[in-house]
Amino acid sequence: MPLAESASIVPVVVDKDLCIADKGCTVCVDVCPLDVLRIAVKDGAPETAYMKYDECWYCMPCEADCPTGAVTVNLPFLLK
Amino acid sequence: MDEIVDGITQIDCDILIIGGGTAGPMAAIKAKRKNPDANVVLLDKANVKRSGAISMGMDGLNNSVIPGYATPEQYTKEITIANDGICDQAAVYRYAEECYGIIQELDQFGIRFQKDQNGEYDVKKVHHIGTYVLPMPNGDTVKKALYRQLRKARINIINRYMATRLLTGEGRVAGAICINTRTAETLVVRAKAVIMGLGAAGRLGLPTSGYLYGTYENASNSGEGYAMAYHAGAGLANLECFQINPLIKDYNGPACAYVAGPMGGYTANAKGERFIECDYWSGQMMQEFYDELQGGKGPVYLKLNHLAEETVAEIERVLHIVERPTRGHFHAGRGTDYRKQMIEMHISEIGFCSGHSASGVFVDKHARTTIPGLYAAGDMANVPHNYMLGAFTNGAFAGLDAVDFIADVDHAAFDQGEVDAERARVLAPTKRDDGIPPNQIEYKTRRLVNDYLQPPKVTAKMELAQARFAEVREDMETGMYVRDAHELMRALEASTILDCADMAAAASLYRTESRWGLYHNRVEYDRDDENWFCHTILTKGADGKPTHRKQAVEPYIVDIADDEKDAYQNQRVTKTVAAE
Ligand SMILES: Cc1cc2nc3c(=O)[nH]c(=O)nc-3n(C[C@H](O)[C@H](O)[C@H](O)COP(=O)(O)OP(=O)(O)OC[C@H]3O[C@@H](n4cnc5c(N)ncnc54)[C@H](O)[C@@H]3O)c2cc1C
Ligand code: SF4
Ligand code: SF4
Repeated sequence: MPLAESASIVPVVVDKDLCIADKGCTVCVDVCPLDVLRIAVKDGAPETAYMKYDECWYCMPCEADCPTGAVTVNLPFLLK
Repeated sequence: MDEIVDGITQIDCDILIIGGGTAGPMAAIKAKRKNPDANVVLLDKANVKRSGAISMGMDGLNNSVIPGYATPEQYTKEITIANDGICDQAAVYRYAEECYGIIQELDQFGIRFQKDQNGEYDVKKVHHIGTYVLPMPNGDTVKKALYRQLRKARINIINRYMATRLLTGEGRVAGAICINTRTAETLVVRAKAVIMGLGAAGRLGLPTSGYLYGTYENASNSGEGYAMAYHAGAGLANLECFQINPLIKDYNGPACAYVAGPMGGYTANAKGERFIECDYWSGQMMQEFYDELQGGKGPVYLKLNHLAEETVAEIERVLHIVERPTRGHFHAGRGTDYRKQMIEMHISEIGFCSGHSASGVFVDKHARTTIPGLYAAGDMANVPHNYMLGAFTNGAFAGLDAVDFIADVDHAAFDQGEVDAERARVLAPTKRDDGIPPNQIEYKTRRLVNDYLQPPKVTAKMELAQARFAEVREDMETGMYVRDAHELMRALEASTILDCADMAAAASLYRTESRWGLYHNRVEYDRDDENWFCHTILTKGADGKPTHRKQAVEPYIVDIADDEKDAYQNQRVTKTVAAE
């Protein structure tokens, strides 16, 4: 049986303009205990961090440790 | 990242510590200091910098035994009573004697504890009888301070490897099998001693929000410690003594009467009346909470709106920046303000945890499990109510004892067939072309846990749970499907969660009495000291299913007088306290 493509809105948002993943930063990806953040790649080069998996404990290390303040942690929709 | 890579590596060390949250780092530091030549490896599914319950920090030490405020005798007595008598006191007593030394070490690490004008620790009373809660004004630095110590001690840290099974041989522990969470590669770690600090089984019941990760516990603690100990043949104690917490509804984080209580906040019913004398978490307290809801007097709330502005501001300062810093966002989103409204609370889903209750891998006062060379500490080890300081202190005991254990042993030989079998199990979901994704296996298991295992416990419902779990297991083993290494981690967690669900049902059915208030409220049975004043020890039976035996409670070191035994049973406020 094939898988569905049901969408879900993710709680963590990264401000592309502030994110310096293009300069090699991966701090938020490194610290997340649930390992749900990744760096998007554009034309073979790192572009920005984003939340790839909707599996968030809304705990905040990603936001607290980001050197540029690019990350905002919102409450997951189901419990906000 | 996340593409599945086929690979296997083996490394050797003296002491392998699995779980770099709270207990694990302390075990590593203590072991390395005692024997600087020992090769100590600290391995974590996440990144030790920000892993575990204390990821963002902690508000305070809930169970500190500080000279001048409390004695080891008093503390041991309190925890024995709070845990309904089922307690091997030696481990609690040793903790109570030595935790003060650990506080002083934490102090040297740079973690500050609240002091009064005279420079004495400013300990608060939250428990029913004694005074043990010590606030941490810079609690947000705890993980950073620990990490600095790990670096200083040159501990070999391995992040993003998830342990899935222990290896045993020659009648003792031989190491562990671990999977890279971003590549699915296998790492076999041979070790002379293994210390487990994998935290609670925090993803067992389903939060009422329906969000799989909306748990009280750090959601990366999915219960592998319990499952690994089980599959290796270790004994697990009193798993039927579930963890169930009074939490902020939907947010599912602590309401934190421990912080607010000493400042005048309390748990109230819909009329704003106090109905329990003591906000310290226990099964009896949760039973009163449940009764209040059943009695139509709910919802139950955290009440702060009678407090002075400075007090509320101080409570906000603590509760909104340290332990769960999204709490402020949550209240802002709901438009709730402590000054104006009471905060709605609810009864959480179930989990296993000894940090807050007493469901854990059986250990003695040295943190030794029933398998030689295998240790457990923190939330997953059955020293009751041991909280953060218990994780640190018992972690220290494990680290120190493991150094002695490895002195005269070499690596135990193990059967390579175990590694092959585990690799086949782990990789099965990667070999299919389609099937059931792990999140659906997990959701269904946890939904069934809520339907059938959430107390009050009913025999027929728990038997139905077992039948349904067997069906899910069949589907999982024959049809679970993953697309990348990250999903594989979730698949392995789903399998752990199902193991824990099976253990929760089996343990609850075995103890045919009620004990620990709501935690093990079996409606068909009363409390029965004659037959059940004992531990229940669950192990893996020859048929691969949980089996049980009774184990006597060790004779008490600190006597409990008959009129003290029921102190936690009588929690209900008898005269109504009007809202102020
Ligand atoms: C929200 C919250 C608030 C709390 N507040 C307080 C408080 O104010 N005061 C207090 O005294 N106590 C408090 N506690 C309890 C205290 O934090 C815990 O008892 C203690 O931190 C547990 O330590 P631990 O080492 O057992 O687990 P953790 O610190 O959670 O560490 C477990 C580690 O195991 C790792 N892990 C899990 N599975 C695997 C695997 N398969 N392979 C490898 N690694 C794995 C995890 O990534 C994690 O790093 C609180 C707990 C929570 C959740
Ligand atoms: S930590 Fe901040 S700057 Fe660095 S990758 Fe993440 S979002 Fe971008
Ligand atoms: S809030 Fe926590 S779980 Fe969510 S993305 Fe940030 S670090 Fe990860």
